[in-house]
Amino acid sequence: MNSIILSTGAKIVVAILLVFSVFMLLRGHNAPGGGFIGGLIGASGFVLYTIACGTTEARVALRLKPETIAIIGLGIALLAGLSAAFFGEPLFTGQWLILGGGEDGKGLPLSTVLAFDIGVYLVVMGAILALVFALEEEI
Amino acid sequence: MAHETEHPESWRSPAGILPPLIAAVLFGLFLQAVPEISGGGTLRFALPWVPSLGTELAFLIDGLSLTFALLISGIGVLVMLFAARYMAGHPQHGRFSLYLTSFMMAMLGLVLADDLISLFVFWELTTLTSYLLIGFTHTSAEARRAALQALLVTGTGGLAMLAGFLVIGSVTGTTELSAIRAQGDILRASPLYLPILVLILAGAFTKSAQVPFHFWLPNAMAAPTPVSAYLHSATMVKGGVYLLARFWPSLSGTDAWFWSLMIAGGVTTVFASIISMRQTDLKQTLAYTTLMALGALVLFLAAPNPYAVTAAVTFLVIHSFYKAALFLVIGCVDHACGTRDARRLGGLWRAMPLTALAAALAAASMAGLPPFLGFIGKELLYKGALDTGVPETFTAFIFAASALMFAVAGIVALKPFWGSAANMPDLNRPLREAPWQMLAGPLVLGALGLFFGLQPALLQHVVVDPTVAAVSGMADYAKELHLWAGVNTALYLSGATYLVGLVLYLVHVPLRSALDGLGKRLMSFDRLWDGVLAGLRSLAGGVTAILQSGDLNRYLLTVFAVIAAGLGLTALRSGFDLGPISFGDVEIKYIAIFLLALLGTALAVATRSRIAAIAGLGAVGIGVALVFLLFGAPDLAITQLLVEMLVVVLFAVAALRLPLLDQKSVRFRPLHAALATFVGGLVTAILLAATSRPLDLRLTEFFEKASYPEAHGRNVVNVILVDFRAFDTFGEISVVTVAALAAVALLRQRRGGDRT
Repeated sequence: MNSIILSTGAKIVVAILLVFSVFMLLRGHNAPGGGFIGGLIGASGFVLYTIACGTTEARVALRLKPETIAIIGLGIALLAGLSAAFFGEPLFTGQWLILGGGEDGKGLPLSTVLAFDIGVYLVVMGAILALVFALEEEI
Repeated sequence: MAHETEHPESWRSPAGILPPLIAAVLFGLFLQAVPEISGGGTLRFALPWVPSLGTELAFLIDGLSLTFALLISGIGVLVMLFAARYMAGHPQHGRFSLYLTSFMMAMLGLVLADDLISLFVFWELTTLTSYLLIGFTHTSAEARRAALQALLVTGTGGLAMLAGFLVIGSVTGTTELSAIRAQGDILRASPLYLPILVLILAGAFTKSAQVPFHFWLPNAMAAPTPVSAYLHSATMVKGGVYLLARFWPSLSGTDAWFWSLMIAGGVTTVFASIISMRQTDLKQTLAYTTLMALGALVLFLAAPNPYAVTAAVTFLVIHSFYKAALFLVIGCVDHACGTRDARRLGGLWRAMPLTALAAALAAASMAGLPPFLGFIGKELLYKGALDTGVPETFTAFIFAASALMFAVAGIVALKPFWGSAANMPDLNRPLREAPWQMLAGPLVLGALGLFFGLQPALLQHVVVDPTVAAVSGMADYAKELHLWAGVNTALYLSGATYLVGLVLYLVHVPLRSALDGLGKRLMSFDRLWDGVLAGLRSLAGGVTAILQSGDLNRYLLTVFAVIAAGLGLTALRSGFDLGPISFGDVEIKYIAIFLLALLGTALAVATRSRIAAIAGLGAVGIGVALVFLLFGAPDLAITQLLVEMLVVVLFAVAALRLPLLDQKSVRFRPLHAALATFVGGLVTAILLAATSRPLDLRLTEFFEKASYPEAHGRNVVNVILVDFRAFDTFGEISVVTVAALAAVALLRQRRGGDRT
């Protein structure tokens, strides 16, 4: 689609959508959001970019092939799940490390659960973009 | 194979030297266990494996497993030494050595396992490695077919055996073999005894190639000769016999056991002996005599008497010695002359005196001549046969088999070396003796047949007594081995055997053509197998053609018809209680959402434009998302909205290139409408019925309570996704990835593109 307004506007909107998708990913554990929704928002951003500027530019902007992103995500999720084994617990048991904070629990919570959710985010985004790119390019 | 002419020294590679070395070390270790075991003790090692199932990786060395372990590792040393030279210079020598060594390990695991599950795992490993070895010459279609056949036949038997193991486990409450052996009476009295027996025998008979599962074994001769010598004479095919011996204390002693083993073993013995006379390829001849030996072993495990068991154990050892030796001899002959055709070979003894000596030693044992071990074995077989409940049948089986074996021994060992050399193939090089690595095996094994024939007491002490004790579960069950047991019926039978065998040998050429004519008219199991496979393939093709029509309409119709039938039948059986329905508290916003969805549906149904139809469906989806939002499921609502949006985009991309909606489908519209209305109405009714009852809130309450304290998250949906049910989510994202990759691949293939 050759529309200057769309392609200029898309660049700004895409940036906002991507930041928003990460925001949704990170808040997911306590408020509506999470890796699945975040991945969908991130993918929507790139889909918009694809419509505005074409797949060639979208691929350049993405840097990695979407299939690669999906597989990396799957690997991260798998590692996050397997890591529980190192602590002698059943697979896919969440492991938590809360940095700082005290009894009130207000520290920086890091967890394999978050890593798992990041994996979900990447899989969803990569899979959808792989499909969209293929459809745009091959049909 | 003439690899060695180019690389005479390349056997000194790791691929050549390591396998015999490993086998030798193992053999040495097993030898160390001999004093303990022949003293009546056992050794057991166990590691917990799946403790929750009571399964452990347990190994037991008793008389039976030690005998097998010594045979496997001892013959392994010689065969692998042979293979080191035979395969030297072969581009895939390393792969071959890996397969052969893995096979040996699997086989050792099989005979040492003291747990049903471990036993099964090793059993299947031998099947898999033998598949790789038979199909080693993978460029040959014949080898591939033989490998697949062996895999399917023995693999199917293995699965039946696994089922049998599970039934045994449920009856005895344990998977530990030693414990099961003590519960023979419980097993025999169990109403499940017959199913157990059938399943276990299915495993044993396929592995040990009993008629009618015998056809894979002669085909397996497509493998390189060391493999035939090792797997298909001395080790793997004895796996089934091992299984029967292992379960002898637990399952034997019933009429069902006696008759099924006797009939299978007896028929195999005689059938195989006769067919072996028909073959011209020496390797094939030996393959059928292996069938004969396996039949005899099964036959003798049928009878619950000490002579029969002693005979079976002794014959097992004898057979391993001479059969491996003869296969290796034929490997040497093939190596030197380039043929294994019995009709052409002759007069080799001048050029290959050592090979001829080895062949003579092994064949004398096979023919059962004194003072070789084979003689003792044959006497024991006759004594065992005379001691059973049906001596005439047993004796007839053994007599026919022994006489034919005598003749076959002559064909295999006498004719090529001392027979007429008139038909010898014309070689452009002088006939030479095989190198020492290849001669060692047949010479040592042939000499062992003579040595133990002269020293039966040693064999008795080390092998026969402990093995028979392990098989029967009773010490001192074994009968004594004597080279000279006095003049008795068995001796007369031996004499008669030699006479008949000699006659058969003298007339073997005309006999062969007569049998060949007969064999061609008989039903061929091999061709039957092809028929079964072809039938299976066309069945699969037919089913696929019906299920995978490639018509999306039909797929959706099928899916929804099944849903309708399933839900409808369930609803009919359990009945409906819709509860009171009132529209009193319906707010205006719900009516608006309802109208939006309704309009979307109407548009999707009525329009001829794909884009419009998709937009209409999108409107329905947004309506659903709004419902989620209003009823407190923001996560679902967001997801639904995003998915609807992306689906519209994806469809739009594709739809722009597609024609207008197919008018052909108009004909089916009433049907589609009826099905859609029915499913929709049914789901609505079920939802109404479900909400009219008090909701079961146990899960909701659990997650609400546990979410923060246990998983540090307040968004229950997300906590379930990434923590409580993370494994499910992992499965789902795997499916998402695979689906995307497959779709991309399909789309690219459509264009015939070569993009990466």
